Amino acid sequence: MINFQYSRANNIADAVRQIAADPKARFIAGGTNLIDLMKEEVERPSRLIDITHLPLKAVEETAEGGLRIGALVPNSDLAYHPLVAQRYPMLASAILAGASAQLRNMASTGGNLLQRTRCHYFYDTATPCNKRTPGSGCSALNGINRMHAILGTSDACIATHPSDMCVAVAALAATVHVTGPKGERTIAFADFHRLPGSTPERDTNLGTDEIITTIELPGKGFAKNHTYLKIRDRLSYAFALVSVAAALELDGDTIKEARLALGGVAHKPWRDLGVEASLRGQTAKREAFMHAADALLGGAKGHAHNAFKIDLARRAIVRALTQAARGTPQSQSSKKVL
Amino acid sequence: MHLAQTRPAQPIRQTIPAPHKIPLSLTVNGVERKLELAPWTTLLDALRDHLDLTGTKKGCDHGQCGACTVLVDGRRINSCLTLAVMKDGAKITTIEGLAKDGALHPLQQAFIEHDAFQCGYCTSGQICSAAGLIAEGKAKTPEEIRELMSGNICRCGAYPNIVAAILEAMERS
Repeated sequence: MINFQYSRANNIADAVRQIAADPKARFIAGGTNLIDLMKEEVERPSRLIDITHLPLKAVEETAEGGLRIGALVPNSDLAYHPLVAQRYPMLASAILAGASAQLRNMASTGGNLLQRTRCHYFYDTATPCNKRTPGSGCSALNGINRMHAILGTSDACIATHPSDMCVAVAALAATVHVTGPKGERTIAFADFHRLPGSTPERDTNLGTDEIITTIELPGKGFAKNHTYLKIRDRLSYAFALVSVAAALELDGDTIKEARLALGGVAHKPWRDLGVEASLRGQTAKREAFMHAADALLGGAKGHAHNAFKIDLARRAIVRALTQAARGTPQSQSSKKVL
Repeated sequence: MHLAQTRPAQPIRQTIPAPHKIPLSLTVNGVERKLELAPWTTLLDALRDHLDLTGTKKGCDHGQCGACTVLVDGRRINSCLTLAVMKDGAKITTIEGLAKDGALHPLQQAFIEHDAFQCGYCTSGQICSAAGLIAEGKAKTPEEIRELMSGNICRCGAYPNIVAAILEAMERS
């Protein structure tokens, strides 16, 4: 870790002022990813601005029947919050599928969105990586790429976004509220994270001088028919090979609305609105789910070690939609996949 | 050879003026401790190197093994990924603070009775984590204990006895 200056932000305006004044400064909240990256010297901030004293720790109901989540709410508090557990159980489940109890106690909601990829080449400063050092090349393309993306990749980067929480947040069509020097703005969750394209160094569309203040969930939580299914190399405390957040609104066994988001397969939580639309009006049966999975993965492309993910994702989508339709969400403590 | 050729040019280390050490106060195991630390000092290093509390262990130093687990204001966290300056005013409980009046904490007693360790390096983290787990009250079954203790790795593989010890301490508390 290189030396850095440390300061505290007294209020949101002060935080924005401080970050805008120093392009090499970073905000710190939970620190679970940033400190780790600083120890590896992947992140080398000149200053850390401690935002943990800002008043962004509330979970409040909105007038529209949704939920407004402060950016500093710890992941564990959010997962176990009674309103989240009752109305947005898919989100609670996704959060509890990620990291460990200790890390969830530390990590913030806003920070979860800003996690960086766990691509081992991104972490290894001895190797080229376009995300870490733009223009240096991608070591994963022809390297060990078992954990890497199969959708939305580019020649510059095949890294995945590591979050579980964000997969559920994507499926719930949340919005992200941010504040910068020019004031407040709202970013649709689908537009928050980016595909790598030719600028993989940019993970999100958040400005370098902006701060996330709240995440807002719409009223629809799909509490009756949902699941978060995470497939990984060990049963707990591992990143997803493939994960699926699936939510259905049913009328009898007819699908009125479907939501489907995938983790572990792309540079951002992967949602396909066309596939969701095509499920509308269908009978909630295996045949429709298989069509949806095939359509979603139509453009998937495997690399030397991760082509297995295409079939794994196909099966996980069908299984997740089946769990959602049956109202039998995946348990995050019993690992049996039913 | 090949690596050296493809290695990207790293930016020369920036010279950042060393900041003044920052005064802070931690209540560690019930005792207020005043410290002056550089901002990059982790809570783990503050405990071990500045307060001589070496019961908390440094395993991976990257939040992957759980050996550094301590309780901050009653919540279990990884002290290796926590900057001490950010915890100014907090109450810290380490393995050294669990026994009361010469009597072992029920978890310490249960770990001994169940032979829940071999080399012992992960044990203080396991016990602090289990104390946090019991306080959270979310785990009721062995299955749930295993899931919510997954942030503590035991390379000796004492997991069955660790789960049994925690289950017993949980029933006693």
